[in-house]
Order: sequence, then C-alpha cells, then structure tokens
Amino acid sequence: MDDYILEMRGITKTFPGVKALQDVTLKVKREEIHAICGENGAGKSTLMMVLSGVYPHRTYDGDIYFDGEVVQFGDIRSSEDRGIVIIHQELALSPYLSIAENIFLGNEQATRGMIDWNKTNAEAAKLLAKVGLDENPMTRVADVGVGKQQLVEIAKALSKRVKLLILDEPTSALNDEDSEHLLDLLRHLPDQGITSIMISHKLNEIAAIADTTTVIRDGETVETLDMHGTEKVTEERLIRGMVGRDLEHRFPEHTPKIGEEVLRVEDWTVHHPIQHERVVVHEANLSVRRGEIVGLAGLMGAGRTELAMSVFGRSYGADISGRVYKDGKEIQIRTIHEAIRHGIAYATEDRKKYGLNLIEDIKRNISMASLGKISRRGWVNDNEEVKVAEEYRASMNIKAPSVTSITGKLSGGNQQKVVLSKWICAGSDVLILDEPTRGIDVGAKYEIHTIINSLADDGKAVIVISSELPELLGICDRIYALSAGRVTGEVPRETATQELLMQYMTKVKD
Amino acid sequence: MAVLDTVKSVFTKNLRQSGIYIAFVLIIALFTVLTHGILLTPQNITNMVVQNSYILILAIGMVIVIIGGHIDLSVGSVVAFTGAVAGVFIVRMDLPWWLGVLGVLLVGALVGAWQGYWVAFVGIPAFIVTLAGMLIFRGATMVTLGNTQISPFPDTFRNIASGYANGIFGGQGYDLFTLVLAAAGVAAFAFTQFRERRARQQYQQEVAGMPAFVAKILAVAVVAMAFAWQLAHYKGLPIVLVVLAVLLLVYVAVTKRSVFGRHVYAIGGNLSAATLSGIKVKWVSFWIFVNMGVLSAVAGIVFTARLNLAGPKAGTMFELDAIAACFIGGAAVTGGVGTVVGAIVGGLIMGVMNNGMSLLGVGIDYQQSIKGLVLLAAVAFDIYNKRRADLSR
Repeated sequence: MDDYILEMRGITKTFPGVKALQDVTLKVKREEIHAICGENGAGKSTLMMVLSGVYPHRTYDGDIYFDGEVVQFGDIRSSEDRGIVIIHQELALSPYLSIAENIFLGNEQATRGMIDWNKTNAEAAKLLAKVGLDENPMTRVADVGVGKQQLVEIAKALSKRVKLLILDEPTSALNDEDSEHLLDLLRHLPDQGITSIMISHKLNEIAAIADTTTVIRDGETVETLDMHGTEKVTEERLIRGMVGRDLEHRFPEHTPKIGEEVLRVEDWTVHHPIQHERVVVHEANLSVRRGEIVGLAGLMGAGRTELAMSVFGRSYGADISGRVYKDGKEIQIRTIHEAIRHGIAYATEDRKKYGLNLIEDIKRNISMASLGKISRRGWVNDNEEVKVAEEYRASMNIKAPSVTSITGKLSGGNQQKVVLSKWICAGSDVLILDEPTRGIDVGAKYEIHTIINSLADDGKAVIVISSELPELLGICDRIYALSAGRVTGEVPRETATQELLMQYMTKVKD
Repeated sequence: MAVLDTVKSVFTKNLRQSGIYIAFVLIIALFTVLTHGILLTPQNITNMVVQNSYILILAIGMVIVIIGGHIDLSVGSVVAFTGAVAGVFIVRMDLPWWLGVLGVLLVGALVGAWQGYWVAFVGIPAFIVTLAGMLIFRGATMVTLGNTQISPFPDTFRNIASGYANGIFGGQGYDLFTLVLAAAGVAAFAFTQFRERRARQQYQQEVAGMPAFVAKILAVAVVAMAFAWQLAHYKGLPIVLVVLAVLLLVYVAVTKRSVFGRHVYAIGGNLSAATLSGIKVKWVSFWIFVNMGVLSAVAGIVFTARLNLAGPKAGTMFELDAIAACFIGGAAVTGGVGTVVGAIVGGLIMGVMNNGMSLLGVGIDYQQSIKGLVLLAAVAFDIYNKRRADLSR
C-alpha cells in the first residue's frame, strides 16, 4: 500500500454564486513530486489555498489528512507549523532586505530579543548551499535576478523545516536556464525528505519532473496520472485531460494572404536608458508585410521587447538610431502619440501593469487610445463609445455581461481581447503583440490565435513576440531570431523548426 | 431567488454610490432636529452657502488633482497669496475690479504652472512640490503684503462674496428673481436630461422607465425649489452661489464628458497604460495643476472679498478641508476614482456639520475631532463596501 503524506477528500468550496471546487480528491505520496495542472480558473490555486489555510477550516467541506491525521488549519501560520509551505507565483520577498533577512523573516534568529546576525547569516549560507545558490547572504534581494529570488524562497521554506512544499507556477517568470536549474533542484528535494506539489502551465516541465499528475477541470478532479506508468504521458495527453477535448490542432489553420510591405526598420540601434554605453539592440533590420504574421524569437535579454518598444514611439531606450519606413516612406516617430498616428500599436507583455486601467470598465479601456475619434471639439460622445465597445465585445467575443464591466475582474484571455480591441479601435495597421498569450489558459489561447489570424486576414501586419517556440511556429509566417540584441536569423514558416530557431537564438556574434 | 439576488445586487451597488448622499440627508436631518429647525432657516442656509463656498471651489479643483493620482497641499497658501495679490491690484493700484480679478486669475494660473512644471516635467512627487509650494506661497503672501494687511476693498469687489442678485423683478416679502432663476435652472436640467435620455434611446441603450425618470426630475425640482424658496426669503440669491453653480456645471461636464477629463481618469487609474496608449501624460498633469491654481485664485478672490481683507493668515488649513471633502466624497487615495459632485457633497457634509455644531454651541476643539472622525468613518465605510462588493461577485 502506498504511503500518502497528504490526502484531501471530498473538498468542496463555494463562493457566493460560484462553486469553485466540487468534491475534489487529491492524494500525494510521500517524497514525490506531484504536479497539478488545469486551465486558468480550474480551481488549482483555490485548492492550494484551502490546503494552506488561507481559506480556514469550516469555510469549505471535506477533510484533509496530513501525515495520517485529520488537520484543520485556521490560517497560514498553523499550516506552516505542520510543515506545509506555499510559494506563490508572485514572490513574497522584501526587495530592500538582504537574502538572509528575507529567509528568516518572521522567524528571526534572535537571542534575548536581539537579532544574532552571525547566526542569521551563517544559517542562511547553509540553506543557500542546499539550494545551490552562490550568493552572499547579505546581498539585497533586489540585486539578484528573479531566478535566484525563487531559490531564496525555497531556502526560506527549507528554514521552516518544510515537509510539503507547494510551488505555484514556479518557472513562469524565469528564463530557460533558471527554469532548468530550479527543476533540477526540485528533483533533488525528495532526497531531503521533502514532498512537493507543483502547479504549472508548462506541460513539458510537468512531463519532465513530475512523478504523479492530477488534472483538474472546472473545479473537479478529472484524473490522476502516474507519470512513470506503462503508458507514456505526453503533453497532448495532459492537454486532452485539461480541456476535455483532443487538441490535435493546437493552433488554428490559416492560409496567409500576404501583400505589400507595411513597415520596415533598418539599422536600428538602441542603448540602455540608464547605462548609456550598453547596446541593447544592435543594427537590427526587419520588415513586415500586409496580412503577414511575423514572429520575434529570442531568449530573455535578447532585446525583443526593447526593439519593439523603441520603435513604438521611443518608449524604451536612449540614443536610438536607424530608420523606419511605413508604406515605403521614411517616417519619424518621436513619441508614442506619433507612433499611434502612424498606425503602429504595441500590446505589452504585462497587461495588468502596462496595458489596462484595471479599475475602469471595458468601454473606457477600449476607447483609451482613440478618444479623438469618438469626440467632437474635445467632448466625448458617451453613446458612440458604448456602441463601438459593444461592437468589439461581439466581434472579439469578450465574455462579460456588459461593456461597463470592470476589466480587473475579467479573465486573462478576456483582458487580452480588450487590449487588442483598444488597438484595432485606434486604427492600427501594424500590431506588435508582446507575449499575447502569457498567463492565458489553453482554450483562450486558441481563441487569441484565431483573432490574430483574422487580424492578418483583415490586412493588418502583425508582429508576435513570444517565448514559446511552438506558438511562434504555430501561427507565424516568418520568424526572426534575436540573440544579444542582434537579429541572428530569419526563417520562413516552411523551414522553421524549434531546433533551428534555438540555434539562431543562442548564436553569439563577436 | 434570482430576482431577489438582482434586487440585492442593485441595492449593494447603489449603496456604495449613493451612500454619501444618504449620509448627507441623514446629517441634515439630524442637525435640523437637534437645532429645532434653525439649520434650515433662510438666513442660516444663506450663511452656509457663503461660508463654505471657497472650500467647495477648492474641492472641485482638488478632486481632479486626486483623480489624476496627485495631491495639492499648497492651496491654502495659494488662497492667501492670490488674496494678497488681489489687495495689491485692487486697493493699492486701484485697478477696476474686473481687471484686478482677471489679473489674480492669471497669477493663479502661473502659480499652478510653476507647480505643474515640477510635477509633470521634472517628475517630483506632487506631495513634495506642493509641500514646498505651501511654504513658498505663504512666504510670498507676507512679502506681497509687506507684513501688514490690506483693507478695505471697494464694494464692487466685495459683492463677489457678499452681494446678492435680487430685486430685479421686485418681490412681496421674497425675491422673485431667485425663484425665477431657480425655475429656469430646473427647466434646463429637465430638458438636458430628456435630451440625453433620447440620445441614449437612439443608440438603443437601456434607459430608466418614464415614471422613474419623471420621479427623478421631480425630486431634483422639489429640492432645488425648496432651497431657492428659503434663499428668496432672506436676501435673495448670493452671487457666489451663481459662481459656484457655474463652476459645478462646467467641471461636471469636463470630468465626465471631455477628452481631458477622460485622460485624467486614465492616468490616475494606470499611468503606464495611459502612457502606452499615447496619452500625453505630462501635459495632462501640467494642466491639472494649472487648473488647480486658477481655482485656488477664484477661492482666494471669494475669501478676500468676504472678509474684506487680505491678510497673511488667510486660507490656513484650507488644503486639508478640501482634501477631506474629496475623500469623504468617495475619491480614492491611489487615484483614478472620484467625482466632482461627490467632492461637493463631501464639502457640504463638513459645512453642515460645522454649522450645526456651532449652532449647538459645540466648542471648536470638539468640532475638529468630530470632523476627523467623520472623515475616517466615511473612508472606512467606503472600504468596507468595496470589500463586500468584491466578495459577493
């Protein structure tokens, strides 16, 4: 018989009007890596919040057995006392405190009420060695990268004598190298007697490290898969469980109708906005034609976002040089306002931070970049605004009761549709989409891809920046690869493969 | 069940929006009872309007500053400074009153431009810039006045705050003109509301049913006419009320309807998103402060005209009253939320409480503390409602 460290039986959690979890069962074996996957809103995070005591006992139905006993947690503290530690997607570190201070935050190493700094730093150094982080414990957290911050979080969890570690999307903010390192670390946690639960969207990672996978859909457990069983569990198999349908075609079919060149960028060089001597984009050349979807591939720090934003009205960088041609004519773009007037749009990679006014409703977000069109002599026509917004709600299939719904309450996919509506409404014919499907669940991704295709069919030129190579291969007609600020390759759809792109993306020019 | 839920959600939603109005009515009712009706006598109503006018004028400008995500701590000093400048222009230089007023408004705009420059183009937080401004313009007031005070002002100037538009149509114990103007105002309100409703219908949007629509117009008409009736039985229509009404109409339109107003909400709600949407955020911030400067000058003129004196201590703590009015009226500290009408009602709540407590003989010491508690309670209520709305979605 299997030895289970955790059993959650018949967990049901309702919010007013919504059943978030319905009779969910989760069984986690001792010292395994257990992955939980499911679409956004499937209930993964809710389940973990029930487990860690964020939703206290009695606000849900069902029983939790931990280490063979029934446990009833009133808050996070009580679950941490039992050795259950959760690391959230958004890291909970204090940026201006040192690594050591962060590790022992709330658990200070003190003697008689005074902090023992030698002990704090020495203990921290031991923990850092365990997670393979080679940093001085006295370094400020703000001075290390996100990947290392993630390791600090794990060290912090270890300091609490963790038995069950829950990681919510641990690699979503990491580059490939850091992700690899983190996964490697996770693989070795069972040796230290630690069981981990990992929530992830990245199915390849789940396939790589999980021992067992539980699939959740619409608040219910769909299946629990043994990853080392006789039948090999592929990504396609997981997707089938998550969406309840076979996604043989993960990307919509599309036959491009490519026309004239719309935008061309020549010898584009951009320097870092603060460190002026650092070159971020080096003599980049690229072009995009009407009806074409062009991809920009590159690793973190390759300069994709920087290239896009510097073209978009110099919203990034300093000492920018180079030429931009629109419809064959050279144009000067000095401000974002001018970029928009020339029909260029840039949808950011971080919708919530840079793309939307989350406290405002859908219609005001859609009209934000084109108020001039629905106003006369400086006065906005509210009715026209509602009408226009309603048209986009229908054509983009934005799922919300009305255009007066607050954007902050929409799902990621619907928020992205609002952002796209904003730019189409602004009359853009060159759309630069930075990570258009980041943080969006599988079903909605398909929908966004379909929208991108139909935008191209409407004669718009689309540039897609994505860290997911399958996405670029699935929807782009042509892909540029960037490495360290240079365009290192240009590949048409027919000959593009992940391997070839990766070669260009890692190519180092002297 | 579903119907009940809808009713409940409509109620909770409206409670958040209309909570402030309900509180306003309750506070008026409370003090009317406590003062045995003195609160609503013609003379007292007129006094309340005149006494609070400058705070309300400041609150209009302040709520726009706050929606834009800034704050302005300097308005009290700017009121004093513009008052002093008015004294120099009108008394010392003996300019005609209208030329003097224009000059003062221009000075207010320049003061606003100065602060707007530092906030918008240099990027210093408004809290710091206007804290500096608070000191700078208090000092400038004393320099302008030369360590004395300027008084008296000519009657033409004083009329701005203490004059009444009355007697034009004669009256039989009450001022007919006030009533006629109020009636015209109500008619204009009904007409614009009707036109708006028709426009919405043409766009096939949902509108409230005709009975509800008529009831709303009637309610406004009754309150407005009752208010005018009381005014008419004292000295007639205070000129400062006309100034206030015009400012209110203009700024409600600016915040709700104008492209500029929309941009203010957009930069307060998410500065980065507004920037990346092509909004010229620096210029918007700049004009917000220019506007605040001009409105401070208007308040300075009204205050000086009312006291008939430009003194170095004028306007002390006005900035805090104006800011409190905005927050009581539902503006958010983080920006992006707030309305001009809310700020006005917030200012009136404080005005009614000041007046009511004074009538009851409550000392100024207690008054301060009670006002502080009301501010805290208003914002706490707002946060409580927001949380409940979030939970029940």
